Amino acid sequence: MPGFSLPSASLLAQSILSGIFVGALYGLLGLGLSLSWGLLRFINLAHFAFAFLAAYLCWQMATLGADPLLTLAVLVPLFFAIGAGLHALMARFAVTPFNSLLITFGLTGIVEALIQSIWTADFRKLESSYAEQKFKIGVLYFPVPELITFAFAVGLSFAVWAVLRHTDLGKALRAAAEDAPIAAAFGVNQRLNGLLLAGFAAALASVAGVCLALSFTLAPSQIYAWVGVVFAAVMLGGLGRAFGPLLAGTLIGVSEAVTMAVTAPSWAPIVSFSLLILVLVLRPGRVG
Amino acid sequence: MHKPTLTRRATLAAALLALSGLAWSQAQPIRIGSTLALTGPLSATAQIHKLVGEIYVEQANQRGGWLGRPLEWVVKDDQSKPDLARTLYEQLVTADKVDLLMGPYATGAILSAMGVAQRYNKVLVHHTLGVPSLAKYDMQFPAWSLGGDPATTVPNTLFDALAAGPKPPKTVAVVTSKFPSIHFMTQGAREVMKKRNLSEVLFLEWDFGNRDFGPIANRIKDAKPDFVWVGAIGLDGNLLLDAMKKIDYAPPQHFYLYPAPGPLVSLPEAKNALSVTIFEEQPPFTSNPGAGEFVKIYRERATKLGFPDPSVETQAAASYTAWQILEAGVTGTKGLDDKAIGAWLKANKVDTVQGKLRFDGFNNFGDDLMRIKQVQNGKWVVVWPKEVTAGDAKLMAP
Repeated sequence: MPGFSLPSASLLAQSILSGIFVGALYGLLGLGLSLSWGLLRFINLAHFAFAFLAAYLCWQMATLGADPLLTLAVLVPLFFAIGAGLHALMARFAVTPFNSLLITFGLTGIVEALIQSIWTADFRKLESSYAEQKFKIGVLYFPVPELITFAFAVGLSFAVWAVLRHTDLGKALRAAAEDAPIAAAFGVNQRLNGLLLAGFAAALASVAGVCLALSFTLAPSQIYAWVGVVFAAVMLGGLGRAFGPLLAGTLIGVSEAVTMAVTAPSWAPIVSFSLLILVLVLRPGRVG
Repeated sequence: MHKPTLTRRATLAAALLALSGLAWSQAQPIRIGSTLALTGPLSATAQIHKLVGEIYVEQANQRGGWLGRPLEWVVKDDQSKPDLARTLYEQLVTADKVDLLMGPYATGAILSAMGVAQRYNKVLVHHTLGVPSLAKYDMQFPAWSLGGDPATTVPNTLFDALAAGPKPPKTVAVVTSKFPSIHFMTQGAREVMKKRNLSEVLFLEWDFGNRDFGPIANRIKDAKPDFVWVGAIGLDGNLLLDAMKKIDYAPPQHFYLYPAPGPLVSLPEAKNALSVTIFEEQPPFTSNPGAGEFVKIYRERATKLGFPDPSVETQAAASYTAWQILEAGVTGTKGLDDKAIGAWLKANKVDTVQGKLRFDGFNNFGDDLMRIKQVQNGKWVVVWPKEVTAGDAKLMAP
């Protein structure tokens, strides 16, 4: 392999940590997408656009003096409403899963144009007190923005797992995804549940957006930079599974980071997509 | 007795003036066609070229236009897509029937436009083509004065500057994007380093659009170089510096090839960062023809438009230069004949905001006028070569 070298222990450990953090963001971005795809059969490409729209709104509110994390108080309900509204439209026109992909791809372009017209194509960097903070344990550094992302990813994945596993709503959602007519026969209100879930998925996108704004410089065209790898995490993790995107995202993030640490960084994307192809070949039933 | 005469004369003069004004306004405008990446990933930089074009056309019309005719700029949005740029340039020539062409932004679109220009024998002056060896067309003229072999000359200028600085480096970490106009420069830098007996302690490449710079920062830290060459484009430099900050690492001396200038200079971690430029808002650049007034107007307009960095640097200067080159060709030949303009430009030097440019070298490229600048006290300062530094500005090292 080009440029292969044995890394020092500290380099390897810090790179793995970096991979875990970026993997948590893959997982957080993928969680809403996975739920929407797996339980509603709605492939929402606009999920990425929603995340970036939330990131820009967070940036805007932060420049006016708001704490970036407190912007979630506004963003979460706002995006819940947007997600539910979009789902209501899709349901009204009985959009198929494949068509939902096409429609939300178009919607992504519209949101990108909207972001560009409001905030221009220039780069925007959120300056917050969080960006300056980090912990050091031994030789390892733990930046606070990444720790926040990790905490959100783990916490929300756990919450989703708990709801899906232990509540009537979760059981109803899973039942409807498994066999919608039978679930309806048992009195499951699929319309309401669908609206709730779509709203929740979009709200998750807003949380991921705030995490993006905390750690990354924003540009409208960056929306597309995340699509491939997050899709890979969602498919690897299994659709509609609470911990799937986080675990798969972490696996991808760590494998990319280790690849970058021991060989050329340009090999990193090959690793994540090779993993996806392997899973599709060896376990095709895992996706869909 | 005299009063009526004066009144008649004044009336006559006013009438003549009005008639000449009417004649000028009714004169067929010279139509110049181009595309710009007004939307899409390149639009952040293309908006600079749009503003510069508007300023130049406005200034030219205030001066009476070219050849006594007003200018009209027909600019279309190529959406940052080279294939669309090709289609739109075809339209500009065949449907819009523009008199002259102006280049688009960036390298991919320029090469597309060049193909169309070649097919219709049109002169193409372009702003920032990064790879001179790709500019094969005889009637293309570069406004970015990076010379015919920048992969050798630019790194040599940089390492000359470092050698003359307070801490000449012995070991270098070379990390680079694989973006075409970046990658060949980095490869050239590696060759130059070999010839200068500089030790390369790390070489890494990443794909354009890389998101995670953490492991790259870790590897640079691990390699302990005296100097880091970053083949950066756009935000790469910012992302790498952010990643370095997270592991408490600051490179001793560091260089970024084509960073987004505004965002980088605003980063505290970019202190002492080096880069290249053809123009900065400081003497002696501001003494070049048209530069002072251009800088003033550009600053005002860019600030009003909310550009994050309203200063004139490489992009804006190259863009203004492109218009100066085209005007020189038109006024030099007193006509709009592309072949005559092309021949004139090859035979003459043109005064521009970058200085005097010539087009008689490899692929019509002239001298390498790339200078070394450094972030000092939160702004870019030209530090090399000495003849273009302002005051006692010099390269600094921690």
